[in-house]
Amino acid sequence: MDILSLFIIVPIITILVLVFTKNLKQARVVSMVGSLVQLGMAINLVFAYFKEKSIDDSIMVFTKDVVWFEQFNIHYSIGVDGISVALLLLTSIVVLAGVFISWKMYDLPKEFFISLIVLSVGVYGFFISIDLFTMFVFFEIAVIPMYLLIGIWGSGPKEYSAMKLTLMLMGASAILLVGILGIYFNSDANGGALTFNILEIAQVNIPFEAQKLFFPLTFIGFAVIGALFPFHTWSPDGHASAPTAVSMLHAGVLMKLGGYGVFRVALYLLPLGAIDWSWVFIILSVIGVVYGALSAIKQTDLKYINAYSSVSHLGLVLFALLMLNKTAWNGAILQSLSHGFMTALFFALIGMIYGRTHTRDITKLGGLLKVIPFISVIYVIAGLASLGLPGFSGFVAEMNIFVGAFQQDDMFMRVATILSISVIVITAVYILRVVGIMLMGPIKNDGYLKLEKVTWYERFGILLLLIPIIGIGVAPLWLSDMILESLDPFIKGLL
Amino acid sequence: MDFNSFLLMRHEILLLAVLLLLVVAEVFISQYKKSSIVHLAIFLFGIHTIIGFLKIDYGSLFGGMFHTNALVQFFKNVLNVGVFILLLQSGDWIQEKIVRQNGGTEFFILLFSSLLGMYFMISAGDFLMFYLGLELSTLPVAALAAYEITKRKSSESGIKLILSAALASGVSLFGISMLYATSGSIYFTEIIEVISSNNLTILGFVFFFAGLGFKISLVPFHFWTADVYEGAPISIASYLSVISKGAAVFILMILLFTVLKPLMHIWENMVYIIAIITMFVGNLFALRQQNMKRFLAFSSIAQAGFILLGLITGNQLGTTTVVYFVLIYIFSNLAAFGVVQAISLQTGKENMKDYEGLYRTNPNLSLVMMLALFSLAGIPPVAGFFGKFFLFTAAASKGYYLLVFLAVVNVTISLYYYLLVVRAMFLRQSDNAIPYFKSKIYMRFGLLITAIGILVLGIYSPLYDYIHELSKTIF
Repeated sequence: MDILSLFIIVPIITILVLVFTKNLKQARVVSMVGSLVQLGMAINLVFAYFKEKSIDDSIMVFTKDVVWFEQFNIHYSIGVDGISVALLLLTSIVVLAGVFISWKMYDLPKEFFISLIVLSVGVYGFFISIDLFTMFVFFEIAVIPMYLLIGIWGSGPKEYSAMKLTLMLMGASAILLVGILGIYFNSDANGGALTFNILEIAQVNIPFEAQKLFFPLTFIGFAVIGALFPFHTWSPDGHASAPTAVSMLHAGVLMKLGGYGVFRVALYLLPLGAIDWSWVFIILSVIGVVYGALSAIKQTDLKYINAYSSVSHLGLVLFALLMLNKTAWNGAILQSLSHGFMTALFFALIGMIYGRTHTRDITKLGGLLKVIPFISVIYVIAGLASLGLPGFSGFVAEMNIFVGAFQQDDMFMRVATILSISVIVITAVYILRVVGIMLMGPIKNDGYLKLEKVTWYERFGILLLLIPIIGIGVAPLWLSDMILESLDPFIKGLL
Repeated sequence: MDFNSFLLMRHEILLLAVLLLLVVAEVFISQYKKSSIVHLAIFLFGIHTIIGFLKIDYGSLFGGMFHTNALVQFFKNVLNVGVFILLLQSGDWIQEKIVRQNGGTEFFILLFSSLLGMYFMISAGDFLMFYLGLELSTLPVAALAAYEITKRKSSESGIKLILSAALASGVSLFGISMLYATSGSIYFTEIIEVISSNNLTILGFVFFFAGLGFKISLVPFHFWTADVYEGAPISIASYLSVISKGAAVFILMILLFTVLKPLMHIWENMVYIIAIITMFVGNLFALRQQNMKRFLAFSSIAQAGFILLGLITGNQLGTTTVVYFVLIYIFSNLAAFGVVQAISLQTGKENMKDYEGLYRTNPNLSLVMMLALFSLAGIPPVAGFFGKFFLFTAAASKGYYLLVFLAVVNVTISLYYYLLVVRAMFLRQSDNAIPYFKSKIYMRFGLLITAIGILVLGIYSPLYDYIHELSKTIF
């Protein structure tokens, strides 16, 4: 069995075993073992990748190709480059942390973990696919379990949020389908056969007219899940209603599919369309960046604050991708990773605070630093990482994005860049506001004096996410080397 | 013509034999063990289904009236499998309700004659045989729709079906006569050579299309669908929406792609517009339905709209995708109807509200229902996704991107109402949820087959290749 297919097969085996579990204890142990194996495989993959890359110089390594539907030239075709390796690592860490955070999932535990792992199958599959059809299949597999996860185990207006999220994301993927079919039927422009293979299509010069028509469809199709501005409304509601582990996975991993898809499909296969359309989407993403940050200032619900901050941060990813140069792209990928860890950590902490105080309203909380110091300190660290303090992952990412963005020297780009830089200040405002109100100050409720201590599984989940945040911040070079090296073939189409 | 050539009609002859055997068997079954006719019928039909898969010759009979090829035979097998699953799913219902009314045998006789009609319809070589098949396939179903004699709604639905079906086949016949008037022949092979797009031909074609559109319940010929489905016994609603529609789609496709191919520039636009309105009407009306049978009725109208996306291509890709989709659709819809049937038989409840909290009491039924609905909605990795994706690919291959776009908008709309049922079953909790019950063995087996089909048919790509190979034969 090849090293990449295991990323799909191991979760499937985990699911099959989960079907036979009888109670929470068995279900969580099985999921934990499964996710631990995944994490081990992901770490192993990083080393294997470096080793393989030193002898094999192709764009994708560990490739495997099996014909699936011959008539349409659909293949089960997989392979990774540095970017997908990094995202696979992110996914496996967040999934494992999510399992730890859901240690006390009493209601329908088996079903919960099965849905969670089905979601991760979709994400893993998406990151390793180099066939558009397979990629699309995995994309939808990743989205649909969200409906059950939010709808059954969520809180608040969960039915509404679950339906809104599912319909918006599936609607986006439906639009994406048209884009993919458009790419497919233009993939014979050089006289070859029709193909879904990304690497093969990239060699083809798709006619400009077609690129112009299908770029927005493909871009929007992916960018909706990356919270592009007018289509971001599913995200705050979805995050707020979802149970903790699902918010983590969702914001940490699922939303990354958007940026990755834009990068891998829309920009890579339709570069001329990208150049032609980029101004529209730059405007939208800048609005998203600023608007998300400003909304976060006004919110009082912790999850909404974090959800809007995600809109802002991921807007930055799309913005950086549209800058169409190497430094900015490197920043976009780093931002994806950094935001993935950070926001998952945030949601985990919010879940813990909520589990103890039973409120997410910051105006009702106060002085938590005195009662639950561990959680609070980590919250401060996560906050500092989020506002881009040097030494944490967020700084590296934003630095790259803005340096890249300033390389564009026309007026429009400059204005857009300056506007989105302003977000650094706004981020600091909403992060410090939460820290000030919720963690400092007097304890507002006597009930908060005796809060449950942090348990071992919570600690474990937190540390899993914290280590990479600091790791990327302190030693970003190995990661950005891995990414930069992989960016080369992708940037070529644009030059 | 020697006796051997009759073997070309093996499906028809075997089914007739099954039918006659049942008539004879009824005489020998004692008064107290009447329900054993159900076991016998399922057993005999099962054998018939299996024999259908054995290798067979292809050719024409009766001077071209009856004509078979590999694709037609394959499709007959598909129909057989569908009816077999349907029999399994309705076996308990027949035992409990119908045999008591002394109507067990007649039920099977009517059902099988209708199926026989479909065999003749899809292997017709001329319009006369086609019309006979059409009538034979419709009339017994009207009797079946009115089969629950204790329910007024059932009789009402029977009357509605027979009246509208009579009108439709009348219109269709009128169209056929005009086609005959312009081409001077009723044989398909001869019509192909002389057909041209003069006004009378087009008029005839439109009437003919309306008649068939009625059976497929394309908008604007869909008005009977919801009412008939709601009143008819669930097995018959299921039969109408799955088997009857599948056969009608198939023969319409064959005729459009071969005999009426010269008129393609006319019917292309027609199919284009009808596809759009059928999808939208079906989906928008399904949004507010509370009764599960009406819900599935509108959903099946919408699915017919999706099928037209494959029909519009007029080539081999279209044929393959349509047959493939119909095959998957049969499994998905039978699963959905099967669950409705199981619940209705046990509790008499048929409304979406009654399904609330079903997962916590009856997890297996809910899972089958969810698979079926996801398949109908087209969500991977279940089969429906592949069926739909390929239909859209077929339409896109001709450059109908706008049509595909409207179709995917409709997929999203349809997802909403399919999720409503999932919501009721999984998300809601209810104090008076349907308590746990165990269906009888036939029902469970019937649901199991459909569930496996939904899971496997899409991913298993050799099936698609096989159908693609077969669909060469009609051109």
